Amino acid sequence: MKRRDFLKLGLITVAGLTLPLSAFELLTPEALASLRKKERKGRRWGFVVDTTRCVGCGMCVKACKLENEVPFEANVSRTWVERYVQLKDGEVIIDSPKEARYGYIKNDPQGREIKEEEIVKGFFVPKLCNQCEKPSCVQVCPVGATYKTEDGVILVDRSWCIGCMYCIQNCPYGARFIHPVHNVAEKCTFCYHRITKGMNSACVDACAFGARKIGDLHDPNSEVYRIVNTQRVMVLKPEFGNEPMVFYIGLDYIVR
Amino acid sequence: MSHAWRPLFVVIGVFILFLIVRAALVPADFVAKNGDYKYQWHRLGNEEEWKNFKVKYKGMQYCGECHDDQYEAITSSKHAKVQCENCHGPAIDHPEDPETLTIDRSRSLCLRCHAKLPYRPSTYYGLPEGPIRLAMQDPDEHNPDMECVTCHDVHRTEFKEDADF
Repeated sequence: MKRRDFLKLGLITVAGLTLPLSAFELLTPEALASLRKKERKGRRWGFVVDTTRCVGCGMCVKACKLENEVPFEANVSRTWVERYVQLKDGEVIIDSPKEARYGYIKNDPQGREIKEEEIVKGFFVPKLCNQCEKPSCVQVCPVGATYKTEDGVILVDRSWCIGCMYCIQNCPYGARFIHPVHNVAEKCTFCYHRITKGMNSACVDACAFGARKIGDLHDPNSEVYRIVNTQRVMVLKPEFGNEPMVFYIGLDYIVR
Repeated sequence: MSHAWRPLFVVIGVFILFLIVRAALVPADFVAKNGDYKYQWHRLGNEEEWKNFKVKYKGMQYCGECHDDQYEAITSSKHAKVQCENCHGPAIDHPEDPETLTIDRSRSLCLRCHAKLPYRPSTYYGLPEGPIRLAMQDPDEHNPDMECVTCHDVHRTEFKEDADF
């Protein structure tokens, strides 16, 4: 064969090889439909946190760890409560000792003795996975171990996760961590195994103060629907574009 | 045939080997649900696995089925919204396993809600009767050497009859 013919054939072959048949999957009706943004019907789980009611007892953290088999003494938790204390000189002290699994018993933010006269205001902010509508953590998983269910909860396939920690790095809220026993990515699932049976999440039941609420954001009869659509609510870090589904009442500008 | 074709055949061979290994290792139900490769690319069977995860906390009404005296008492007290399992731990398969749940009488358990902190909300909205004051004490001043349950009946939110003070 002449060199020119060989090169021509080679180029055509390489060009052809770059188009595997599976690429044409992008043209299926389902894939095209998913590219068009459409309002999805059906259940969509949402959460409301009322920071004006949280007293920092940490019962939610304890219940979560025991319900979801996260080792109690390990310094990781699917949910945690942060304490914010603003001082007269403008300093904001933020801490979450042992994720608040033993609650807050002393006025010792970051282990410092703070006099009551120095405090302008303080409050507690419970945090958990926001089960975002556009989760950046799901987008970056290289193997497809994490995913969004049709009712909006983000789950991790423990048998498929390779523990690369890319999702942990990516979550703007720090909600993910490596499970100390399973050694794969772990995060709050809204207690998917409970809510799909008509129960509440463990943290929602544990909160005696009504600071945590879960429900269907598409159901006009649910409390979270009523709160989100009538009260003034805020989300954490909206600038990341993840569209979080945990709505906060009484969120302050000093909250990170 | 020219030997220059060999590298191409090697590459094609490796690629076919990769496809065979992929077909063997990747589960059949690993799909992009709804054609969504961005957010729903996963092994479908995992959804059921998560739904079948064991429930540990059974809720107050489960406790009340046997412990009706304590259940009646606490649901008519100011602790009506405090779950039994908050203080006693999850029921799991109680009474089969565990046979007994822990009874924690330590101060630190009560202080989680009742320790006075300058920024702890002092109004409790959880009761149907309406807002009440959340009772708080300075743990260093209020009987620091005793258990709270010495004088306080937790299930009735009253003082114990034999409280000596």
